[in-house]
Amino acid sequence: MIRFDNVSKRYPGGFEALKNISLELESGAMAFITGHSGAGKSTLLKLIALIERTTRGQIHVNGQNVTNVNRRRIPFIRRKIGFIFQDHNLLFDRTVFDNVALPLIIAGYRHQEIGRRVRAALDKLGLLSKERMYPITLSGGEQQRVGIARAVVNKPLLLLADEPTGNLDPALSFEIMELFERFNQVGVTVLIASHDVGLLDRLGYPVITLDHGHLAGSGQQSS
Amino acid sequence: MMRARRTRHQSLHHWSATLRRMLSPRTWVTRHAQVALESLGRLYRNPLATLMTAAVIGIALAMPASLYLLLNNLDRLSGSWDGQASLSVFLKDTVPGAVAGKLVDRVRGWPEVAEVTLVTPEQALEEFRQRSGFADVLDTLDENPLPTVLLVSPAQDHADPQSAAAMQNRLQALPETELAQLDLQWVQRLSAMLALAQRGVLLIGALLALAVLLVVGNTIRLEIQNRREEIVVTKLIGATDGFIRRPFLYSGTWYGIIGALLAWLLVETGFWLLSEPVRQLVELYQGSFQLQTLPFVLLLVLLAGGILLGLLGSWLAVWRHLGAIEPS
Ligand SMILES: Nc1ncnc2c1ncn2[C@@H]1O[C@H](COP(=O)(O)OP(=O)(O)OP(=O)(O)O)[C@@H](O)[C@H]1O
Ligand SMILES: [Mg+2]
Repeated sequence: MIRFDNVSKRYPGGFEALKNISLELESGAMAFITGHSGAGKSTLLKLIALIERTTRGQIHVNGQNVTNVNRRRIPFIRRKIGFIFQDHNLLFDRTVFDNVALPLIIAGYRHQEIGRRVRAALDKLGLLSKERMYPITLSGGEQQRVGIARAVVNKPLLLLADEPTGNLDPALSFEIMELFERFNQVGVTVLIASHDVGLLDRLGYPVITLDHGHLAGSGQQSS
Repeated sequence: MMRARRTRHQSLHHWSATLRRMLSPRTWVTRHAQVALESLGRLYRNPLATLMTAAVIGIALAMPASLYLLLNNLDRLSGSWDGQASLSVFLKDTVPGAVAGKLVDRVRGWPEVAEVTLVTPEQALEEFRQRSGFADVLDTLDENPLPTVLLVSPAQDHADPQSAAAMQNRLQALPETELAQLDLQWVQRLSAMLALAQRGVLLIGALLALAVLLVVGNTIRLEIQNRREEIVVTKLIGATDGFIRRPFLYSGTWYGIIGALLAWLLVETGFWLLSEPVRQLVELYQGSFQLQTLPFVLLLVLLAGGILLGLLGSWLAVWRHLGAIEPS
């Protein structure tokens, strides 16, 4: 599903956030990226969603070489990826329902279909009672879950999550992880950036470790 | 292997569904209608700001429209005299009435003349007395100061400016003539001035159209700035440039429509205020001229102009500022 060949990313300021990364994630797999703050976890996810563009090397997503894909094609590639952002990126002037509906509106779904899918997603995340509320009135964990609902509402083939449990207590973190496992079980490829080492240890999925932009190791975390 | 096949199948299914959705005309139309209404709703929720922008557009559109109308009316006024170029021949006051009568017969015999009317000083005085409201003053005069006048209309094929001028010379050369005056002259001058003024209106119209473009462009630029967050987020979750552009283009269009309607209202009101004085003025000159107000076609032109300028202005803003907003 995801393949990096000698990928480097240099930011406009000249800082090299990723250095010569090669990795592969099979279709239907679930894995974690970990590393210290500033190691390049978010950068790696952003390269996959084409939010940042590669400086060197090649990236394949879902069998397609997206390294130099035309920017007009980018929206259509992003629609097949569910992205859970480190800083939520919710729209605060819209209700929970409208936030979650946004990907469906963008993709041009019909009204009834939108209502059905949004409620199903909210239900899965235990947010059905909050659909008329505005994000500002929700707790950090609830906002995080709205972001997850928005990422999965379009039934993406690939789910990228940047610190999805950053604001959650351990019990809720575990619940969210179980949710990701359930998506994974129905065929969705899942890649999660997290520095919650304790959690990763317990789950036992493959872990990609970054250190100052270098690939420090990838393999099964010992449990 | 199993898994790979399943995802490929899923992906195919995904794409065909997307394609079907995008090509369905009903969803396309409803989507546009929805965005248009949403944009209108946004403007409605900020009535003061909307009205101010629309008023600027309205005034800018009303100015060339009313100037055009004014010129059009003047043109019609001069046009109504165009065909009937006529000459007034004022006779010397030493010419007795009988000689004037013979002169009329003589001139009527000229091939280039269609009709000659004799206005005696008595007739002229009577007409003046009735029409001017100076009857009392005129009564105090012990002598009629008005000359005898021949009104000469040229024949159809001698109505052109050159023939009329030649005829003027011939009439001026008559020994009885004090002054032969060609009434066509001021009409020609007016026509020339109107042609110039019409150029001027075009120029003013072009400048004001530019002003409308800038006003709409600036308003939309501010709106883009205010909604920057939303633009970034929608881009992040797969919105195309077209999707993001659309509400702004509709906003610009609405500004144009509201501005055009305001312009129409302004012009109508202005001409309604003018119509009574004009009627009185025309009555004074015994004319049958009626001020022409905004024809329906001009309303359509205003609307089309408003829409075009609104769309173009917002397009400029969108083209200039949307591209710069990229998520990072
Ligand atoms: N837009 C940018 N311009 C310049 N430098 C950037 C940009 N974004 C990130 N960086 C730098 O790249 C490095 C990696 O950033 P990144 O956000 O990928 O780290 P991270 O592993 O996600 O960290 P955290 O755990 O704190 O989220 C950091 O040193 C950061 O300062
Ligand atoms: Mg990060």
